[in-house]
Amino acid sequence: MAIETLPESSIPLTSSSTRPGLGFLTASPIIAIATICLAAIVLVSILAPWISPHDPMLLAPAQRLKPASEQFLLGTDAYGRDVLSRILYGGRISLLIGLGAAVISIVIGLAIGLVSGFFKWIDAIMMRIMDGLMAIPSILLAIAVVSLSGATLTTVLIAITIPEIPRVARLVRSVVLSAREEPYVEAAISVGSSLPKIMWRHLMPNTIAPLIVQGTYVCASAILTEAILSFLGAGISPEVPTWGNIMAEGRAYFQIKPSLIFWPGLMLSIAILSVNLIGDAARDALDPRMKQREGRK
Amino acid sequence: MSTVPSSRPVALDIRDLVVRLGKGPTADKIIDGVSLQVREGETLCVVGESGSGKSVTSLTVMGLLQKGALVPSAGSVRLVGEELLIASDKRLRQLRATTMAMIFQEPMTALNPVVPVGRQIDEVLRVHTGLDAKARQQRILAMMEQVRLPDVKRIFKSYPHQLSGGQRQRIMIAMALVLEPKLLIADEPTTALDVTTQKQILSLIRELQKDHGTAVLFITHDMGVVAEIADRVMVMRQGRIVETGALDDILRAPKMEYTRNLLASVPSLVPRTPRPASSEPVVLETSGLGKIYRERSFFGTAREVAAAQDVTLTLRKGRTLGIVGESGSGKSTVARCIVRLIDPTSGEVRLRGSEISTLSRQLLRPHRKHIQIVFQDPYRSLNPRVTVGETIAEGPINYGVPRAEALKRAGELLELVDLPADAISRYPHQFSGGQRQRIAIARALALDPDVLVADEAVSALDVSVQAQVLELLDEIQTRLGIALLFITHDLRVAAQICDEVVVMQHGRVVEQGPAGEILTHPQQAYTRQLLEAAPGRGWDFANFQPVAPELQASAASPAE
Amino acid sequence: MFGYLVRRVLAAVPVMGVVALFVFLLLRLTPGDPAAILAGDNATPERLERIRTSLGLNEPLYVQFFTWIDRLLHGDLGVSLISNVPVMKMISSRIEPTISIALSTIVLSILIAVPLGVIAAWKRGTWIDRFVMGLSVIGFSVPVFVIGYVLIQVFAIDLHWLPVQGFRSLSKGFGPFLERLVLPTLALSFIYVALIARMTRAAMLDVLDEDYVRTARAKGITESGVLLRHALRNAAVPVITVIGTGFALLISGVVVTESVFNLPGIGRLTVDAVLARDYPVIQAMILLTSGIYVAINLLIDLAYTLLDPRIRY
Repeated sequence: MAIETLPESSIPLTSSSTRPGLGFLTASPIIAIATICLAAIVLVSILAPWISPHDPMLLAPAQRLKPASEQFLLGTDAYGRDVLSRILYGGRISLLIGLGAAVISIVIGLAIGLVSGFFKWIDAIMMRIMDGLMAIPSILLAIAVVSLSGATLTTVLIAITIPEIPRVARLVRSVVLSAREEPYVEAAISVGSSLPKIMWRHLMPNTIAPLIVQGTYVCASAILTEAILSFLGAGISPEVPTWGNIMAEGRAYFQIKPSLIFWPGLMLSIAILSVNLIGDAARDALDPRMKQREGRK
Repeated sequence: MSTVPSSRPVALDIRDLVVRLGKGPTADKIIDGVSLQVREGETLCVVGESGSGKSVTSLTVMGLLQKGALVPSAGSVRLVGEELLIASDKRLRQLRATTMAMIFQEPMTALNPVVPVGRQIDEVLRVHTGLDAKARQQRILAMMEQVRLPDVKRIFKSYPHQLSGGQRQRIMIAMALVLEPKLLIADEPTTALDVTTQKQILSLIRELQKDHGTAVLFITHDMGVVAEIADRVMVMRQGRIVETGALDDILRAPKMEYTRNLLASVPSLVPRTPRPASSEPVVLETSGLGKIYRERSFFGTAREVAAAQDVTLTLRKGRTLGIVGESGSGKSTVARCIVRLIDPTSGEVRLRGSEISTLSRQLLRPHRKHIQIVFQDPYRSLNPRVTVGETIAEGPINYGVPRAEALKRAGELLELVDLPADAISRYPHQFSGGQRQRIAIARALALDPDVLVADEAVSALDVSVQAQVLELLDEIQTRLGIALLFITHDLRVAAQICDEVVVMQHGRVVEQGPAGEILTHPQQAYTRQLLEAAPGRGWDFANFQPVAPELQASAASPAE
Repeated sequence: MFGYLVRRVLAAVPVMGVVALFVFLLLRLTPGDPAAILAGDNATPERLERIRTSLGLNEPLYVQFFTWIDRLLHGDLGVSLISNVPVMKMISSRIEPTISIALSTIVLSILIAVPLGVIAAWKRGTWIDRFVMGLSVIGFSVPVFVIGYVLIQVFAIDLHWLPVQGFRSLSKGFGPFLERLVLPTLALSFIYVALIARMTRAAMLDVLDEDYVRTARAKGITESGVLLRHALRNAAVPVITVIGTGFALLISGVVVTESVFNLPGIGRLTVDAVLARDYPVIQAMILLTSGIYVAINLLIDLAYTLLDPRIRY
């Protein structure tokens, strides 16, 4: 059982610790573009009240379905509202939902996963519950929750987050289960470290990298689900400007004015694509197995 | 050892081979000017430690280097006169299995797990011959018999996981030799096997070579194996040849310093002079210790596997007790039960007189500090995210030592294990395997334990590093009077470090007693078998001479 | 083998139990009077009472649960609150479009995705690999309804190759049936192809590093033989696993696709039920799709035993 080692003398004792920073964001041009796109969408969403040319909720029946013009850069919708302003505002809900779902599902999933990874009897119960939740298609679960408890921002956020929790919990659990077999965890047990200390110091750090990656995926998937809910008419109430709502209203006029669907669709796709690309880049930068694979190539 | 007459044709001729890490003239050289010849019927052993480039050399011949990563950039490789470095992919595929074949280190992973082994051999014949199904099967079964597989018809249809490690390696050999290639490359083919299996495989390769006149390029890190199988030896280090010569010349009169050191690092199988019997207090005792695993199957019939049974041993202060055995003997189970990483199902463990085998987590805590463990794999036994200092200080801090004091002590311990004190603020990945094992030892010593359990603690290390770590353990024992429980599969290591040994097989103790007695006058057949299987047992490598006959284990005197 | 089968089936029972409990509690634990929630704001007292009796809401919680489960086990999924038609009947009359696009999507996706993933892994690091990976990220990111409308715009409105929306039953002829199936299937396939191609690539990369692949090469087998006979067979388990777990994703996609393409399938039925708060239909749909999900994954568990002899029965 010879393990590949370099001769003792050939390892310099002075090399610096290699901890991945945010450098991966500029590692490839595509990732850099994705980062810039996402930053731009975030900025525009924050600044929406100041940079929007019109009030996104203002009804103007006289201005229905106007084509693009100097006054309305992207035209108006069926109620005469300015589409550009609605799109600028629409990013706020999407980003809020994406970020909220990522944070909440990670906090809850981490707790469930850590405990399940360590206590067998809790594990048996929790994993059955997680399996059950995962068996329900997430859209169905979300629309059922929203239809019963009313479509507010909070209920939509909860409805979108619930189906993401099992994925996070399972991920954390599998990391904990494999990490606790590591000899360094056994070594910590034999030097008398307490269970909370072992969890905090030796197990938790292993979950950080996968959770960052999973967080970006949850974020992307939550933005998508919110848009689908709105699109199906089961999301936040239609007068609130969200990308999904703009498209839902545009459905009826698709043959006359397809831009009502394409512009918000484009923004939505770019936002999700950017988050996904950044997630992939983070995974490649954080996952030592991937790095090793690249190294051996 | 027979010498092969120089009139036999050369099967493999490598001249001034250079392999670089990537394309381009400035890329690092992994192989730097290696030349070698292997004649038909001859075995050339390429020996070296990790990173010596011995495996890269063999993969270059087979044309199996990962494309674009390792690039042969100069020299020539001729197989029966044909240049391989410029051969097309198609030509190389034709030559593989027909003219050159290879067997690998891990028979566990070298066979496709989802295809029956017979079909895997059959694939070779289907690709390279026009034989019909019946003729192919006959030939395969005949070959399987040649490699001494039992019940060949059944094994033909078996999947790899249904066979033992030795059987799998025999399948690999059958697959490699079924088309009678001129050259066989064997890359550490017995390293993953137990000694008794290793012995059988080595003699099988020798025998088949004699029958078929095959040229064998045998790659190994183990001087014992070299002594068993080589006609000629080539020593490599960091991609270069150190020296080449006939087996006897290399073992008796190595010319180069590196070869001398390499040979001097091989522990002798002749036990060291026994230390006087000790009357120091007993620090660790087990009686009737056992561990049974119960596997619950669905219909209630529980299957029981006894990983260890009825193990009774005694360890005194300042002494070293070895537990030796092959894989599956239960030696590691015993160690883990003693340290209470797993809970024994029967028997007692008395640490400094206190029974600890059934204590709860809480009650066990005060006892834990008296017994510490060092694991086999130095790459996994240190948390990569925690500094060396914090790792060593973790134990003392758990037992109430103030942080600053614990870190100061960690610095002292690093010096004790011959590492610079400034290693304290670095992370494990900045250290080599041997250095990491020293850190792991420092961590274990930080709690001033009475007993140190070393579970295969030097098995993953290169032989020269292994020698240093063994020396360190010896020194620490002399200085601190610590008791060592040493788990190993390597009889050579046991012979050099243990006062007493316990030989285990299938979870039971076969024989126990003073190391000098057991390893020279074994009473049990199994112990004798183990000793006889130890590769290179006829050589005292460190003294560049064969073992004097009177010191050899008296295998011939069965004392039933 | 039989023991393994029984074990797998029994393991599916608690999963379905959790789904049923979730569906049951979702309505009962939502704050407020369940009947009022379902009836909407301007409900008459008669309608409220009718909903209460129909769902048995006047009974104690545990009685409700066991009556409900008992009915479920007898195949009774309840009656629609809106149309009074048994839910089972509503579903069976609208299942054809859904099954058609789901099946065609699965078949098409596997046929496209597996070869893409194999080639990407084989040519890792090259432009082909990057192209496949790029395609897969886009497939994950662009919402199915956006893809759907782009396809409609291009192939139906601009090029007039295919009808815009709608569905024709297979019983009315294969041509019209297929014509209306093409665009929904393409739209829905994007995300599934992305998922399967990604997993195939990852599994192949793992397998291609294995020793037995090196052994296969050392035998002088052609590269295609190494890839298909040795690597792909070993990579099959994670790939079919993701085909199974991806089924939940597919269902979500079906719901949206049916809305975009105006297909009268059970996805549309669900959306209509949600908008009308027709809870018996919603809960039946959740139970049905979860049941199919569990059944598919059960079949996949059984397929493991055929693909990998090491899996113990």
